[in-house]
Amino acid sequence: MTETSHHAATLAAYAALLRRRALLVAALALAVAAALVLDIATGPSSLKVSEVLRVLMDPAGAELPARVIVWQVRLPAALMAVLVGAALSLAGAEMQTILDNPLASPFTLGVSSAASFGAALALVLGLGVPGLPAEWFVPANAFVFAFASVLMLQALARLRGAGVETLVLFGIALVFTFNALVALVQFVASQEALQQLVFWSMGSLARASWGRLGLLALAVAVVLPFSLRASWKMTALRLGEDRARSFGIAVERLRFLSLLRVSLLAASAVAFVGTIGFIGLVGPHMARLLVGEDHRFLLPASVLTGALVMSLASVASKVLVPGALLPVGLVTALIGVPVFLGLILARRERGT
Amino acid sequence: MSEAAALAVQGLSAGYGGRAVLAGLSLPPVRPGTLTGLIGPNAAGKTTLLRALAGLVPAKGSVRLGAVELARLDGPARARHVTYMPQSLPQRSGLTVLESVLAAGRASAAALPERAARLHALETLERLGIADLALRSLAALSGGQRQLASLAQCLVRAPALLLLDEPTSALDIRHQHGVMQLAAEVAAERGMVVLAVLHDIALASRWCARLVVLAEGAVVADGPPEAAITPALLARVYGVQARVERCSRGQVQVMVDGLA
Ligand SMILES: Nc1ncnc2c1ncn2[C@@H]1O[C@H](COP(=O)(O)OP(=O)(O)O)[C@@H](O)[C@H]1O
Ligand SMILES: [Mg+2]
Repeated sequence: MTETSHHAATLAAYAALLRRRALLVAALALAVAAALVLDIATGPSSLKVSEVLRVLMDPAGAELPARVIVWQVRLPAALMAVLVGAALSLAGAEMQTILDNPLASPFTLGVSSAASFGAALALVLGLGVPGLPAEWFVPANAFVFAFASVLMLQALARLRGAGVETLVLFGIALVFTFNALVALVQFVASQEALQQLVFWSMGSLARASWGRLGLLALAVAVVLPFSLRASWKMTALRLGEDRARSFGIAVERLRFLSLLRVSLLAASAVAFVGTIGFIGLVGPHMARLLVGEDHRFLLPASVLTGALVMSLASVASKVLVPGALLPVGLVTALIGVPVFLGLILARRERGT
Repeated sequence: MSEAAALAVQGLSAGYGGRAVLAGLSLPPVRPGTLTGLIGPNAAGKTTLLRALAGLVPAKGSVRLGAVELARLDGPARARHVTYMPQSLPQRSGLTVLESVLAAGRASAAALPERAARLHALETLERLGIADLALRSLAALSGGQRQLASLAQCLVRAPALLLLDEPTSALDIRHQHGVMQLAAEVAAERGMVVLAVLHDIALASRWCARLVVLAEGAVVADGPPEAAITPALLARVYGVQARVERCSRGQVQVMVDGLA
């Protein structure tokens, strides 16, 4: 018996496992596409799915009202949902791995709070990057603060001897600090500014535009290849920091570059839609339940679970209260929790 | 590897946050091809020594492997020569055994092509007798199985210097000897320097050509087991009253009569 045939059964089983994971990722991608179409079809003047598809395929041939609804109103918001979900979930997946903490996410470690504070300064006190057009004033501020908060985490990570626990504690301290600062700004805010701020922090896809979409898409497109390139290293990091370093991984550098990607993703996502809490934490856990911890699959699957939950949340935000468009940030958890619990329970029954 | 390289340590100092654990430790050259045991009481600095050799704690001094001065290499370059097996593997990891071994081999450059890497990983698991666990999750293994998986991750990298931190602490008697025998074979085949932290003096004496005894960060005995292990040493280092006898085959046996 040759060595190859001797291990043939295990090799085949492993290949089958990889195929199954690839299929799951493909199925997730299909589900995201379906949710996207559903999201476009849902709204005050509801469209049939077939109609949506026709207008999407052949814009020139469609009647004007349907074309405007699909292309100008629904599609930007629907794509924004997909991209924001993807960005936050990928950011969460990377954070959970490099900080070795299942509770890490852009929301739990202060990125969203920092963005809220930036938005609060802009909305209430008119403080922000000078010379920007009104459309960009608030998002730019939110972005700057979110990005800066991760850079602060970075700076701490670079300090010798600061372990990941310290980083996580520091992130939690950031949450409380920025929340207190936001409350302070709220306290001095006028009635009208306060309302705007509260609405901002609930998260809304209504602020989508093709320009903003383009920027967010660019951020995701730039980051994703680098994330995927680091996937073996991140997988090895799951075996422990000492071990990974002894396997030749420059762990500090990996962590630095990863936090850089996280800051770009999370800051651009929250800047445009406001606080979305649930996705960055739970998207990666869903992906882990589905495809395991081989990051070649975990990272793409996280992108897709985030996009899926966010897209379904966008649908729900339009249908839960008839005639009203709920802030999507309120709905993500309502949609995500049942899906998540379902996955956990299904796994329990399989006994793995 | 054409010329098997010996390990020589000169004036190695290391510690944590200003507190020195090792102060100018030196070791006469450690020969490749055989096992060298590192023994000593709890908190003697054994783990710190291995981590300093692997470049995982900041250290001063010279660590030469053949003609290569490891102390001058940065992490990834050093990892091509040295692999350190930590005392424990994280409990929470959701990877399968095979994935963990593949990741260990893939983590740094110069990796095998995918198919060859998988086969190589499986052969490594086979040598450790855990090929049947290849697709089991690390989180679902017993302590001993996890220790074997952990060893597989290190062996798959084929370093010139292999540092094993208590590789047999969770194993039954058959697997203790199995692991030591495998380590001895691999050391001889690959001309590797293997330094293993062990607590079981009988096991260490059975498999190691040389024992280094560490106490409070300093080498207090160094040599073949028969020479290194004496009642006086055991009393001084471990605080036990013990007889050291040779069995009918001449191997060192330690009988503890009481605490000194
Ligand atoms: N990460 C650490 N930070 C501070 N002190 C440490 C750390 N690791 C070990 N030490 C201390 O260094 C000394 C040597 O520890 P160690 O090398 O782990 O001992 P051994 O492996 O021989 O049991 C002990 O006093 C221990 O408390
Ligand atoms: Mg130790």
